[in-house]
Amino acid sequence: MTGPLRPILKGGVGAIALLAALSAAGPAALADTISGDVERQAVNIPAIVMFLLFVVGTLGITYWAARQTKSAAQFYTAGGGITGFQNGLAIAGDYMSAASFLGISGLVYLSGYDGLIYSIGFLVGWPVILFLVAERLRNLGKYTFADVASYRLRQTEIRTLSAFGSLTTVALYLIAQMVGAGKLIELLFGLPYEIAVIVVGTLMIIYVTFGGMIATTWVQIIKAVLLLSGATFMAGAVLWYTNFNMEALFTEATQVHARAGSIMEPGGLVSDPVSAISLGIALMFGTAGLPHILMRFFTVADAKAARKSVFYATGFIGYFYILTFIIGFGAIVLVSTNPNFFDSAGALIGGNNMAAIHLAQATGGSLFLGFISAVAFATILAVVSGLTLAGASAISHDLYASVLKKGKVNEFDEIRVSRRATVTLGVVAIGLGILFEQQNIAFMVGLAFAIAASANFPVLFLSMFWSKLTTRGALYGGILGLGTAVTLVILGPTVWVAILGFENPVFPYSYPALFSVTTAFVGIWLFSKLDRSQSAQDEHKAFAAQFVRSQTGVGVSSAVAH
Amino acid sequence: MDPDRVEKIQSDPRFQTLVAKRSRFAWQLSSVILMLYFGFILVVAFAPGILGTPLWPGAVTTIGIPVGILIIIAAFVITGLYVRRSNAEFDPEMASILEDSE
Repeated sequence: MTGPLRPILKGGVGAIALLAALSAAGPAALADTISGDVERQAVNIPAIVMFLLFVVGTLGITYWAARQTKSAAQFYTAGGGITGFQNGLAIAGDYMSAASFLGISGLVYLSGYDGLIYSIGFLVGWPVILFLVAERLRNLGKYTFADVASYRLRQTEIRTLSAFGSLTTVALYLIAQMVGAGKLIELLFGLPYEIAVIVVGTLMIIYVTFGGMIATTWVQIIKAVLLLSGATFMAGAVLWYTNFNMEALFTEATQVHARAGSIMEPGGLVSDPVSAISLGIALMFGTAGLPHILMRFFTVADAKAARKSVFYATGFIGYFYILTFIIGFGAIVLVSTNPNFFDSAGALIGGNNMAAIHLAQATGGSLFLGFISAVAFATILAVVSGLTLAGASAISHDLYASVLKKGKVNEFDEIRVSRRATVTLGVVAIGLGILFEQQNIAFMVGLAFAIAASANFPVLFLSMFWSKLTTRGALYGGILGLGTAVTLVILGPTVWVAILGFENPVFPYSYPALFSVTTAFVGIWLFSKLDRSQSAQDEHKAFAAQFVRSQTGVGVSSAVAH
Repeated sequence: MDPDRVEKIQSDPRFQTLVAKRSRFAWQLSSVILMLYFGFILVVAFAPGILGTPLWPGAVTTIGIPVGILIIIAAFVITGLYVRRSNAEFDPEMASILEDSE
């Protein structure tokens, strides 16, 4: 690596760390994207008006959803009444966070081709989830992924482990999202940070408490459609500008970009194969272990619809990433050449991750800028709502109903606990969001992914695929995976160096997944093998019935309420 | 679920064939995706120059652009292949096995 390139690459890696955390299912990327002090912008009236329209519309939907949300099945999973196409849009919406929209287009703006490499990493997990997990998950589960993980194992232990994994993932994500939301909104709307956090938290509590999964899903679907439309318009405007000639777009970009022709090839972001593979594993298995994504598979009627949802989701997400690539190059051509978008020091106003926002102004004027800003706000709201619902379900369905009450609970009480948990989570998220304003939270999304990949996913996967899995193996292995992930993140560059201020990390890689996921699988295997108890024998025997149900859907839960 | 029915489905040779066939197909497609992705990552890590080759003499567009876009499209197409075969072949076979086990 040559000297002058070093700072550029370093900046790029930071953006990616952010991205990795944020994009898979949430706005984690924002944490890195908009860090430190943000200069509040002038109050943006068109943006606020359009956002208010979105809020009024979604509150109307929440009112409509609340009238249908009578049972636990409706609250947790919309009664299984979401179609494959709708669920595909909702999954894509969970994935197309503000972080992945702003972060990836910002990365393309900064380093060109490297942005595409990351997009591909985020996408390829989906087909694998479809082939191996989606249908079995739908056939076995009811409301939460813990239903599947604990299917033939002891409820208390496995539900507690899964709920703990869910809540940690959700909490880390929520804090990162809240902080990112506050800063983004301060930047885009000119609203004070605290007000932004309180508005996001309050709206999210209203959507989830009253409208449950029905409202949460429709908010996500509407936002996905708005974001896809906005991004399509921007990419279209960029292509129109070059007469739909990609070669002309790339030629002009290489003429104005500081790195010239090198933006058309890999730039060294992924020069270390261990990090590259570890990141790939974190993205793939982390996605398959995120509680709010897994929960989406229970909102459709059957395995066939679950399959369709992933097909549509993959299509929408892939299309979206192609758009962000064009948007990033469009920003190089139309934003980086326009002095209006730069401050007196020569830096892009708001940082490189604002490239897409400035491009909105450049292609569609201030009205379209307002639209894209409102969509970015809506995106955060939709993602935090899904997260909160997943967290509340872990508390009410797994901890309260299954662990505390041993399943002897009526539906009414369970929903009541769920609503209280939602309000509590919302208030805590607002408080922590304000508390963490000035903290370095870049590690949080990466940690959330690492925990999802190392604690949630291995237990869930082996519970469906390995007959010899026992409660003891799942519990010890899951704890080992969780512990390894947390330890390695603390000893790695994102915490040990960036936060604790040591010069060199004890553990050299930012992404521990390769090591922590391996530890979890080996641990689960070893402790299951060593488990010679009678209950282990019973658990082996129970696999046959579970396997038949996972393959056929016979006896599938009554989550389908029609 | 009724244990007799589980037993009946499980011992049906058609069920065993179908499950094996479906699982083989799922793992094959998964390996295709994983090979595409990790192959791409290894080229990026060890031979990035390949992706930086101009698409035609004098072009600014590099081979990396269509390769990247094609991987995205391939992920979607392969997902579609799985859905099509499941709908056309696996689902009806499973339905008839389940019907006979009632």
